[in-house]
Amino acid sequence: MTAAASTPHSEGAPLAITLPASLQGVELVRSVRTPAQLDYQFTAGAATSRFLRGIAQKKILGERCPVCGKVYVPPRGACPRDGVPTSEQVELPHVGTVTSFCVVNVAFYGSSMELPYTSANILLDGSHLSLMHLIQEIPADQVRIGMRVEAVWVPDDELKPTLESIKWFRPTGEPDDVNVDIPGEDHGTGLGSWVGGVAPIDPRGTH
Amino acid sequence: MRDVAVISFAQAKNQRRVADLNEVEMLMPVTGQVLDQVGMTIDDIGFTCSGSSDYLAGVGFSFVSTLDGVGPWPPIQESHVEMDGAFALYEAWVKIQLGEIDTALVYCYSKSSPGDLPMVLTRQLDPYTVAPLWPDTVSLAALQARALIDAGRTTEPEMAEVAARSRRSALDNPNAQLAWDRPAGDLLTEDYHVAPLRKHDCAPITDGAAAVVLAAGDAARRRVERPAWIRGIDHRIEPMALGLRDLTVSASTRLAGEKAGVADGPVDVAELHAPFTHQELILREALGLVDHQNVNPSGGALSANPMLAAGLIRIGEVATRISSGEADRGVAHATSGPCLQQNLVCVLEGES
Repeated sequence: MTAAASTPHSEGAPLAITLPASLQGVELVRSVRTPAQLDYQFTAGAATSRFLRGIAQKKILGERCPVCGKVYVPPRGACPRDGVPTSEQVELPHVGTVTSFCVVNVAFYGSSMELPYTSANILLDGSHLSLMHLIQEIPADQVRIGMRVEAVWVPDDELKPTLESIKWFRPTGEPDDVNVDIPGEDHGTGLGSWVGGVAPIDPRGTH
Repeated sequence: MRDVAVISFAQAKNQRRVADLNEVEMLMPVTGQVLDQVGMTIDDIGFTCSGSSDYLAGVGFSFVSTLDGVGPWPPIQESHVEMDGAFALYEAWVKIQLGEIDTALVYCYSKSSPGDLPMVLTRQLDPYTVAPLWPDTVSLAALQARALIDAGRTTEPEMAEVAARSRRSALDNPNAQLAWDRPAGDLLTEDYHVAPLRKHDCAPITDGAAAVVLAAGDAARRRVERPAWIRGIDHRIEPMALGLRDLTVSASTRLAGEKAGVADGPVDVAELHAPFTHQELILREALGLVDHQNVNPSGGALSANPMLAAGLIRIGEVATRISSGEADRGVAHATSGPCLQQNLVCVLEGES
């Protein structure tokens, strides 16, 4: 073994590899593409199936935790506070409040939406978990936290067990709910007061 | 070292396909039972660690929604491994050793049924040179079995004996998926699945879940009469490239077994996570249990192999036998990766 080979990096030189004659002058591999696709048969589960069957009948069904009483929609079957199955179904109104939103300005693969569009977390009246959906029939730059919205459904003969049966949500025209509860925010409703571009004020004055 | 014990174990009934429930719905009865058995709630748990794989579910961050099943609000101390629950148990054991907490909940689950499992598992292989060839798990295990047979270290009849014994033992296991009583000689008349493996040499595809509660010292003694103390636990990993390993031996199991102290006392029961018959023979050799008479009394992974849970179930099966007084000292083993790439060995013991 030569001194150079035993300490290949001592002078910053890479370890010399001698290729067989057949590979001399062959272009180096700079990248490889190895497409992979796996197909799955997804199980929605008992609670989500109940929800989706409701959607096909133009009903929005949440599920209530038997311990804390909170209503989750769409239900996954478990209460994250108490770790118990939800069981009681609760039919919810098709009206709610925007608790958060983002304006999408970048197209992504598989989306047919016209840019820009707004994706929002919507807290349906009587529920304690916001669901994500689109906001339409209002310019994207006018969407705001606290805005009251209602579901716009596909025609009745096109209803299917998918959330796409709700085309989007649109403003109801009601006054904003500046005190909307943000799920997961135990300390109050400060975010609601961002309405109209006004900075949030903690109602308890403890900012 | 702090004394840490398995004080509770629960598992779902293993099934080929759980078609009506999602993962959290499948898991909740198990986590509920494992806590109920020792009169605990999530509020009594210092640390929660889970094992699962998004590749099996086909859903990104699927473990986050499963966490709902233990009630993680207000926020809990929690971690997740994309490995078998046995490795999640190891993380929890380390956490307890650090001294900040005395109790831990370990759970794991998988639905292997949504995808084509042998194909899904190709994704754990080297992504540049091996995974693009899509070599399925059964074929890789068949290579290993062939190497073992060619080395003169096992025979197809010996492998069939492992299959027959495991499925016969499973007749006593109410959670088993495959249990039957057929002589090994009969099995050899069947066609090859992937030569030299026949179907009976392979673990079934299983949907399932399991959970364990760990507790240290008095926190364990206070809750159960006979805790199953973890006397040694160790895990080791071998190179990713299959060509760099001698597939007929399990160097990582041997080393983990030595570090965990398998040979330091009598072994009353051993549960080895061997998804293929010939792998049990490799593991027996690595752990010095070649002629042991009480290996996999539950039926082992050959009778139910919920991915990501079958290893923790081995620990639970040994712990249950110790807590019941049926055994005083036992060995549990868990594996992960192709052809026994990673291995964990745990020695459990009861107090007299």
